[in-house]
Amino acid sequence: MDGTPNAATPETLAGYNFAYLDEQTKRMIRRATLKAVAIPGYQVPFGSREMPLPYGWGTGGIQVTASIIGVEDTLKVIDQGADDTTNAVNIRRFFAKTAGVATTEKTAEASIIQTRHRIPEEPLRADQIIVYQVPQPEPLRFIEPREAETRKMHALSEYGIMHVGLYEEIAHFGRITQGYNYPVQVDDRYIMAPSPIPKFDNPKMDHMPALQLFGAGREKRIYAVPPHTKVKSLDFEDHPFTIESWEQTCALCGSEESYLDEVITDDRGSRLFVCSDSDYCRTRRDAGHEGSGLPVPAEPDTTASEPAGESS
Amino acid sequence: MTQPSQTSDVEEMIQVEGLSKGFTLHNQGGIRIPVLENVSFTVKRGECVVLAGASGSGKSTLLRSIHANYLAEAGSILVRHDETWVDLVGAPPHLVLDIRERTLGHVSQFLRVIPRIGALDLVAQPLLTRGFDETAAQRRAEEMLERLAIPRALWALPPATFSGGEQQRVNIAMTFARDYPILLLDEPTASLDAGNRQAVIDLIVEARDRGVAIVGIFHDAFVRDAVGTRTYTVDSARKAA
Amino acid sequence: MIDRDMAPLLQVSDLSRHYGGQVGCEDVSFELYPGEVLGVVGESGSGKTTLLKCIAGLLPPSAGTVSFDTRVDGPRDIYAMSEPERRMLMRTDWGIVFQNPREGLRMNVSAGANVGERLMAVGARNYGEIRGNAVDWLTKVEMDLGRIDHLPETFSGGMQQRLQIARNLVTQPRLVFMDEPTSGLDVSVQARLLDLIRGLVRQLGIACVVVTHDLGVVRLLSHRLMVMRGGRVVEHGLTDQVLDDPQHPYTQLLVSSILPV
Repeated sequence: MDGTPNAATPETLAGYNFAYLDEQTKRMIRRATLKAVAIPGYQVPFGSREMPLPYGWGTGGIQVTASIIGVEDTLKVIDQGADDTTNAVNIRRFFAKTAGVATTEKTAEASIIQTRHRIPEEPLRADQIIVYQVPQPEPLRFIEPREAETRKMHALSEYGIMHVGLYEEIAHFGRITQGYNYPVQVDDRYIMAPSPIPKFDNPKMDHMPALQLFGAGREKRIYAVPPHTKVKSLDFEDHPFTIESWEQTCALCGSEESYLDEVITDDRGSRLFVCSDSDYCRTRRDAGHEGSGLPVPAEPDTTASEPAGESS
Repeated sequence: MTQPSQTSDVEEMIQVEGLSKGFTLHNQGGIRIPVLENVSFTVKRGECVVLAGASGSGKSTLLRSIHANYLAEAGSILVRHDETWVDLVGAPPHLVLDIRERTLGHVSQFLRVIPRIGALDLVAQPLLTRGFDETAAQRRAEEMLERLAIPRALWALPPATFSGGEQQRVNIAMTFARDYPILLLDEPTASLDAGNRQAVIDLIVEARDRGVAIVGIFHDAFVRDAVGTRTYTVDSARKAA
Repeated sequence: MIDRDMAPLLQVSDLSRHYGGQVGCEDVSFELYPGEVLGVVGESGSGKTTLLKCIAGLLPPSAGTVSFDTRVDGPRDIYAMSEPERRMLMRTDWGIVFQNPREGLRMNVSAGANVGERLMAVGARNYGEIRGNAVDWLTKVEMDLGRIDHLPETFSGGMQQRLQIARNLVTQPRLVFMDEPTSGLDVSVQARLLDLIRGLVRQLGIACVVVTHDLGVVRLLSHRLMVMRGGRVVEHGLTDQVLDDPQHPYTQLLVSSILPV
């Protein structure tokens, strides 16, 4: 994290500052980040910069990563759990070129993990930092469009409205249906959007040893959960928070514990269930675990078998 | 609250002293119409004072002033409320309402209907705040409507569509269902036939004999003679002026 | 009924609100007792809505005080409270029924959630109980329970007003402010709503300040009446006395302007 521009090495691009952003900008983002860590779950505004990728592709996460990364760091980037998706590959390559840092696909080897939509299955350690890409940092926005009002609601802990959202789901569907970006309360104080991770990952945030940073580039907000901080998913006494579960196991590594993606394998609706965390799956396979490798037949078409007239 | 004035008599329920009341019509050039001038009289328990006087002499104005519906200009109107004397002139509104609730019953010439409330409930509801439970209130209300010959078929209906006589009887039932120590009656029998008139007379006489202090306006000489114990003649201030 | 043995619930003293050089309301003082309903009438621009906003904690007055008898600490000047305290008060012990239901309802969540919101805001976290309360209150305001999961957007004006009332009363407030609660509704719908309000207010012993230009509304609902003109209270007294024996020229004009039915 020295302030000198790169001397171009064979791996890095000439003419760019270390990790792309200028040092003033990084300082500004670090100040915002420190404030965010000091007030867990509180959204700190920052002067988000134009980045060489469009909004929605991780402009917030990339700026946070750029501000905290140093030459010694090893970076891992995942998108929906996978290291080999376009977004992940490009961001990893971006930092390799502008900062010359080491990159990895192994969760255990990374010191910084930038993520979109997942938390790795392997528990994170105290010497790691996870950076989330956040599209909409304001958990109250769905019901209250006025920024001045949502800030006041945060300031005064007026959070009854969050349960109104959950109430609506139970009233309409008989259960809480929110599957991702499931709202949490941090350290018994601020309500926070965990970014669009599946609620399966919410329990991992609770008392996580690693520092968790959240960057929203378009909305210009940074927030954080310091290590070992309480993160509680909102719920009702009689409708407690639960995570997804599957009848299937991973077709590749046989895992019964990981978050599974459903992949359609043919035009008859056959499906393959595989780990969403590609590194986790590979590590298990390398260790000798094996799945059935078989697709699951398409779900029977339940709507067709219902008596006509009942559905409408 | 005012202390009993001059000769305090435990039998007295109303003391009107030097009451004056007129009307100023600001939107008609500010003309002033005097109606009552220096009116004084008392009413005791068990008395039924009949207000007499020519039409326009101010009988209704006097009755409405005692009900605090009209604002007296001068004098005092003392009523015995919870065994203390209260001057209705200048009493705070919530005290006046409390007096009307518990001490001062009033039967006006017209029923002020409340939309959507049936006749029976109209009579029974006010009883609930006066220590009656639901069934007792219901029974008492039924009893009153029966005595006043309101057809059972009408009990559940709001009285807005009733005939004038039926409305008037509901009005009387509402007031007589509650045991007010003072009753103000403004032509309670005006639109009633002979049978119903007798029912009302009976109610008034019963109340009077129970010790209720009554002030009323009765145009019907038959009723007047049947219920009145004394006459007070209201002199028109206009004539005097 | 009015409980006169208790301290006044609301005490308004020398309240004034100016908009620049313009007078919104001037020098208004009154007391409101538990269970008492106060009507405020006057034509448009008479300052009645300004007064309501000032006493309901929505608009700080230029001068004067509004003191509310809080459950825990006794009488407190509502504008000397911290904002969280005042907002908490407004969510729990107070209710406000707006003329325009859009101001008082969340149009994008169901009727049941509209009623449940105030409970959740004060910490209710049991869905079954919240739902039960919503059902209970929607029944009390005579709503079809089949509509409990529908958006208020799909309701008629009268239903929206009844929903506003249920939403406000669910925390059993001691004081409710109503701004023209029946204007813009059909006459038959008005009558039903008025009767409902009248019944609930009496049953629950809620104190009420009702601002309206409709003398029929105050005749039916209010114990006491304030007549405003040009920002000032020109007459104040028992409702039936003010309406049947008006003293002030303006009140006389107002009363004589009622169209007979």
